[in-house]
Amino acid sequence: MPGRSGPSALAESRRPGVGLLPRLHVDLPLLFGLLLLCGYGLLVLASATDQDPDKLDRQLIRFGLAFAAMLLVAQVPPVQLRRWAFPLYVAGVAMLVAVELIGDIGKGAQRWLDLGVLRFQPSELVKLAVPMALAAFLARRPLPPRWWGILAAALMTAVPVLLIARQPDLGTALLVAGGGAMVLFLAGLSWRLIVALAVAGAAFLPILWHLMLPYQRQRVLTFLDPASDPLGSGYHIIQSQIAIGSGGVYGKGWLNGTQSHLEFLPERSTDFIFAVLGEELGLLGILALLAIYLFIILRGLAIAAQAQDAFGRLLGGGVTLVFFVYLFVNTGMVTGLLPVVGVPLPLVSYGGTSLVTIMAGFGILMSIHTHRKLLPA
Amino acid sequence: MTARDVRRRRAQRVERDERLVAAASFRVRRGVLVGFLGLFLAAVVASAFHRQVIDTEYLQDQGNNRYVRNLVIPARRGMILDRNGEPLAVSTPVATVWVDPSKAIERPELVGELAKALGMDRATLQARLQERKDRPFYYVKRRIGPEETQAVEALIARLGANDIGLETEYRRFYPSGEVFGHLVGFTNIDDHGIEGMELAFDAWLAAQPGSRRVIQDGRRRVVQEVERLQPPRHGRDLTLSLDRRLQFLAYRELKRAMREHKAQGATAVILDANTGEVLAMVNQPAYNPNGAMDGSGSTRRNRALTDVFEPGSTVKPLVVAAALEARLVTPTTPIDTSPGTLQVARNRVKDVRNYGLLDTTGVITKSSNVGVVKLAQRMERAALWRLYDGVGFGRSTGSGFPGEVDGRLRDYQRWSIFEHATHAFGYGLSTTSLQLAQAYGVLAADGVRRPVSLLRLDGPPAEGEQVLSAATVQKVRAMMETVVSAKGTAREAAVEGYRVGGKTGTAKKAVAGGYASKRYQSVFAGMAPISQPRFVMVVMVDEPGGKDYYGGKVAAPVFARVMQGALRLYNVPPDDPAGTLLLAGMEATR
Repeated sequence: MPGRSGPSALAESRRPGVGLLPRLHVDLPLLFGLLLLCGYGLLVLASATDQDPDKLDRQLIRFGLAFAAMLLVAQVPPVQLRRWAFPLYVAGVAMLVAVELIGDIGKGAQRWLDLGVLRFQPSELVKLAVPMALAAFLARRPLPPRWWGILAAALMTAVPVLLIARQPDLGTALLVAGGGAMVLFLAGLSWRLIVALAVAGAAFLPILWHLMLPYQRQRVLTFLDPASDPLGSGYHIIQSQIAIGSGGVYGKGWLNGTQSHLEFLPERSTDFIFAVLGEELGLLGILALLAIYLFIILRGLAIAAQAQDAFGRLLGGGVTLVFFVYLFVNTGMVTGLLPVVGVPLPLVSYGGTSLVTIMAGFGILMSIHTHRKLLPA
Repeated sequence: MTARDVRRRRAQRVERDERLVAAASFRVRRGVLVGFLGLFLAAVVASAFHRQVIDTEYLQDQGNNRYVRNLVIPARRGMILDRNGEPLAVSTPVATVWVDPSKAIERPELVGELAKALGMDRATLQARLQERKDRPFYYVKRRIGPEETQAVEALIARLGANDIGLETEYRRFYPSGEVFGHLVGFTNIDDHGIEGMELAFDAWLAAQPGSRRVIQDGRRRVVQEVERLQPPRHGRDLTLSLDRRLQFLAYRELKRAMREHKAQGATAVILDANTGEVLAMVNQPAYNPNGAMDGSGSTRRNRALTDVFEPGSTVKPLVVAAALEARLVTPTTPIDTSPGTLQVARNRVKDVRNYGLLDTTGVITKSSNVGVVKLAQRMERAALWRLYDGVGFGRSTGSGFPGEVDGRLRDYQRWSIFEHATHAFGYGLSTTSLQLAQAYGVLAADGVRRPVSLLRLDGPPAEGEQVLSAATVQKVRAMMETVVSAKGTAREAAVEGYRVGGKTGTAKKAVAGGYASKRYQSVFAGMAPISQPRFVMVVMVDEPGGKDYYGGKVAAPVFARVMQGALRLYNVPPDDPAGTLLLAGMEATR
């Protein structure tokens, strides 16, 4: 239905006397939160990269691209998103299979598909496609879904998750699985089933242990006792905790972190940037960052709650919660609450296609919110 | 119902369900999630709060420990110099190469060049780096030589310095090698002396490394110096009394004698007759302190100080001196040594042959055991003991050298009658080469015993102790000069242009339970020039294995060659320019 996208989508916004931003299908509070987060993130990144102008320029360009993607997606009405959900999902899974077969090897893992012009990471597409497809699938039937609906949804999630886990990219697999699980949960998975799944999951842990690769097992062991190998696999955790702990309440000051600037803290501009923040800006800096995140997530959930149909609600909630899972896994890892899993701090960590994906997700949220048909009161 | 109705009803039901879900379930679920989110954020904040506010000290200390380091500032150990300022032990800065294996391993060209520069096997180096590829620091090779250092410096300049570097340390070098090995000794890896003068004067020579507090980054590069905790204090130089030129000369000649006579060992000591300073002290076998790992205990001993022997006939001039001092005899007092043997208690003292009627001088010239025993028998034991004690037998010279032994001089009250006799020809007591040289120093220096010194004395010589009168020792010196004459036992000790005096000794080697029948220690102790002695020298060759074993044949030639060189080096005016003695000797040989 090409005729209904674009101009007609714009026309659907019917708030009288509104400004430019609603016309662009932008949700102001969410945009505000995101800009605040990106600005704060750039500040921390500037310190973490030792003010490397090259890296900062590149990050700015990425932000530009990501915001552009957000705006673009925001223009697409939810109806279209719903239509594209399955094709996107199928395409994503197909590309994962392609990566499995012919993918480039990057950093020891097969993640990239070289499309000639740019290198594309299919798992990023899947991060959005899975919640979209699940939301579309579950919204077709009455909620809560029946057992077969749940099973189908679980399968739809499991296939890409396993493919990504095989690459191996545990972090992304976790995020995709989290996305699927969140949509299912919001769709009304019965509490009894959740408890049952939790028990089954616990029972499955030993089996999972056997399926894990040695380096993955090592990470879990190290998580349980970082001091067992302080110079080896425990190094990241210990250094990051020291960096955070040495910051104190007020921190050592921007650009003054010793652990990070003297290269004791590994991956300081990417996965462990939270530790740089903790060291330089202290507890207050951490609280400020978490407050911004909290604001964004609550706004996302509010948008989901106000959605006019189940698809919008499920997708909106799913996208927001994937963002939350990002935050959860990253900060959990850096503060030592969770094992080390390669997940960036969303919108703050340097680099990556994940930036574009995350912002596209917020584009979806904005689309859901701004394309509502407001009935007269 | 039409299909359309079904669809419509289903749609209605869906709509109703959705509203239901929206109204109840979704809110509940969202509430649960928000609660979970809140819990999680609380956990993160609590974790950060715990580390940053409550348990801060430990982690902050840990943080500081990681970048604030106390580094050692190397300091140079003092030099050991000979009396003329020639270096015998010097500490030179040397480099130690480190690399960052985690970075270097990814640069095969660097590994290859480094292996070449250090003369290592490339595969070995590669393997070592591979083993440590998770570490940021590894000492590839410590204390490399100057050429290797240059090669590595060039390599760093060419290939960048981030993952490879040099650190300065000091390494001890001994330019004179084995010639001064026993005396100077050597140091251990911590730069402390463990042998020889390095040990004896360690406190003086030792450097006190300084320390500084610096900020280092994760790759151990110093970012900033915070403070200097302690400035480095270089060690002080130590000037020995030894003369490198004499030492080399003595070493060369001793080594030659060692080889010629297939001996087990040998020592030579030269003293300055006026000051008691040791000018040369060499031993065989020797070792090279630059490679301290080579050499066993037997090659490392400074035998001149650590090994004792029975001085044998070399003590005879002292017995005569004691007799002269007691006015029992004059140089010309006749002493009948026929028939060349003398019964003392249950033992018999023998001469090499029957010398018949000698005078006091002749006893020394011919080295008559019978004659010297007869002299001793006229003396109180105490008188003989007092002289031996006075010249320093039986107690350490006080040189301070590690491992110096006292030698043995038993209490005269416990001497048997026979022992009284044997002490007169040098058995029953033992001395080191240095002690014997010190004793001859008394004869050379007008009867005054001065403490020997291994350090250069810059003031006037020590007072010393008058042991014998000047008149006595002059007479004894004249007697000793006859030893080197054509009639004496050590013609080969003669030095052209100078009057030389001394005494041979050929002692049977004491072994467990008595004396070995065919093992000797050949000694020559002497001085020159005899008119006003400048040098005192003792040469001892242990167990010469060739046909010669007499001190006059084995030790005396070493004495002559070294003494000749010493007298020339020191520009000592000849006291026998005509060479009468030598001519006399030549005539006698004809």
